[in-house]
Amino acid sequence: MSETQRSDPPARIRQSYRDALREAHRDALRRDERVFLMGEDVGRYGGCFAVSRGLLDEFGPERIRDTPLSESAFVGAGIGAALGGMRPIVEIMTVNFSLLALDQIVNNAASLLHMSGGQLAVPLVIRMTTGAGRQLAAQHSHSLEGWYAHIPGIKVLAPATLEDARGMLWTALEDPDPVLIFEHGALYGVEGEIAADAGPVPIDRAALRRPGRDVSLFAYGGTLGKALAAADALAAEGVEAEVIDLRTLRPLDTATILESVARTHRALVVDEGWRSGSLAAEVIARIVEGAFYELDAPPARVCSAEVPMPYAKHLEDAALPQAPRIVDAARRLLGDAA
Amino acid sequence: MSEFRMPSLGADMEAGTLVEGRVRPGDAVRRGDIVALVDTDKAVIEVEIWEDGVVDELLVSAGQKVPVGTPLARLRAAGETTTPPAPASVAAPRPTERPAAAPRAVETAAAAPARPAPTPLPVATGAPTRRVHATPLARRIAQTLGVDVAAVEGTGPDGAVTRADIERVAAPSRAAGAPAAAAPPAAELRAARARQAMAAAMARSKREIPHYYLTTRIDLSRALAWLAAENARRTVADRLLPAALLLRAVALAAREAPEMNGFFVDGALRPAACVHLGVGVSLRQGGLVAPTLRDADTKDVSAVMRELADLVARTRAGVLRSSELGDATLTVTNLGDQGAESVHGVIYPPQIALVGFGRIAEQPWAQDGFLGARPVVVATLAADHRASDGHRGSRFLAAVDRLLQAPEKL
Repeated sequence: MSETQRSDPPARIRQSYRDALREAHRDALRRDERVFLMGEDVGRYGGCFAVSRGLLDEFGPERIRDTPLSESAFVGAGIGAALGGMRPIVEIMTVNFSLLALDQIVNNAASLLHMSGGQLAVPLVIRMTTGAGRQLAAQHSHSLEGWYAHIPGIKVLAPATLEDARGMLWTALEDPDPVLIFEHGALYGVEGEIAADAGPVPIDRAALRRPGRDVSLFAYGGTLGKALAAADALAAEGVEAEVIDLRTLRPLDTATILESVARTHRALVVDEGWRSGSLAAEVIARIVEGAFYELDAPPARVCSAEVPMPYAKHLEDAALPQAPRIVDAARRLLGDAA
Repeated sequence: MSEFRMPSLGADMEAGTLVEGRVRPGDAVRRGDIVALVDTDKAVIEVEIWEDGVVDELLVSAGQKVPVGTPLARLRAAGETTTPPAPASVAAPRPTERPAAAPRAVETAAAAPARPAPTPLPVATGAPTRRVHATPLARRIAQTLGVDVAAVEGTGPDGAVTRADIERVAAPSRAAGAPAAAAPPAAELRAARARQAMAAAMARSKREIPHYYLTTRIDLSRALAWLAAENARRTVADRLLPAALLLRAVALAAREAPEMNGFFVDGALRPAACVHLGVGVSLRQGGLVAPTLRDADTKDVSAVMRELADLVARTRAGVLRSSELGDATLTVTNLGDQGAESVHGVIYPPQIALVGFGRIAEQPWAQDGFLGARPVVVATLAADHRASDGHRGSRFLAAVDRLLQAPEKL
């Protein structure tokens, strides 16, 4: 890519989220020979979601490794490789399947630095698909990233844009501790324009995606697009919604969240996770703790219905946060003023 | 050692601003002394102390706004030594060792009573009201702008009072350049707040109290004739106004009418043991304050006249004492010579009745088959139907009439 780069004007290319992820892998594999990718079907098949298609031919079987169907085993192998000085990227097909590796992630990856008195860092990156919207039913569609955001010792990222898909991986690999990257399954095919020379991005702060003054919409991953669509609809009614992309779910960028609430005085969190004990609950708790006297309405949430994700399209649509529900919730926060 | 606390100077008072302390540490105070000036948002009130002692320490400085019940000063009994500063000293008093109630003499720190004797507050708090739904931001801004959130209509989610509602209400006073700082508020801002406090009380009254109204015309020819004769032999300074007779008649009638004199609190009638008349005084700049003429049933008409004149003068000057606000058991509103013929008032909660007198004017009056002209006043009663009914109300008004026909006994 760098050969095609021009100094003026900054070239932009059309790309999908999936392409941006692949480009991130290619970049990392080129930059650092300690980086390798392993997971189910990442090699010959090109990845369950085609993220790694072509990488086996380009980088060879030593660095693009197919694994058995055993999440606990290959995540454990990734931890071992990281301890041994490598910079592994482990792909887990969906967050539902990651539960089989929960022991490795929570008891080992997240805890070893602490248990070893600071001697054993685990510079491991685990990528996995999360979320619903593709009729994959209750065993492939859940949003459990909020669970992982509960665990000290790991970082949890949720790239929602092409730039973050392209840029978060390298920053995560540079981190000395385990980083989990949650890719929303509905985003892989989303296309857009991105700078041809897009590169690494910071992973320690939330991003203002749309400024506004009437209400703050907090979203991440698969719900960012819905929040932006809701903000468009609200703008047509004269309501200026601010949209904050949380980006990093652990550690949460509390300062950016509170600053936004201080501007708009109304908070609405959009989270594809289930409402009870959700990441949305944590965000609202922080808002109430840190910006109570800024609130001009009770904080509100739009979350998924508390059911196993349905297969039927109309039921799945109804169970998920959608732009019209976000618009309705925002209107309620504005009371008679809306 | 005891604490002198921010008193409640009205059923709707939640906090007060200490405008000025009139005592310093080491000063001896006696029951009834005026020890501080407090701004209640309605008026600046001279606050009295209710026990004897020596001021040990002032706990709140001038300009601070503190909630009702906040200790303003520590007081020690004469002869008692100063308290050591650290309170978390030794063991708390064991439950078996009850602190001695009566003696206020020398008490060492270890034996100090767990809690000070409660300062008698001059006012019973009002009937429980629904907590106003206001957002935290709205409450914060309301405090800065000096707006009473209870008097603001909410337009937010579920009718909550929001920032926009507060700013809408506060807009006029801000436009007038009132400072946003806390400090003692400017007169016009206080007037606006007083208006809001009155609005809140009156709205609550009409929302909660099922009023009924009775009217009777009272012939005052005997009362005014007696008054003219009486005034002829008094010095100018001691002369009586008809208002003093009207107040005395109401006070005496109220003593016999528990359903008119007292409070309705927590769903029950609480008759008052004494008769404290709230006297409506209109302010020249607009607005109404009802200071209390205490024990109006036990004072003679001359005393009532003197107190009335004093109250009216000091109300209009904006300096009332804490004992003169808030614990009225029955309110009287008297429109005076310039007023309308009759007034059907709004009861000041948690009171249960309000007596109104219109202008005294010559009216055609039929008696014994003859028509004549007599000075007549229209007396009205607004009463709480939860506490009484029209029959009792009628008897009460009839008693007022009867008392006014024997002015020499007032």
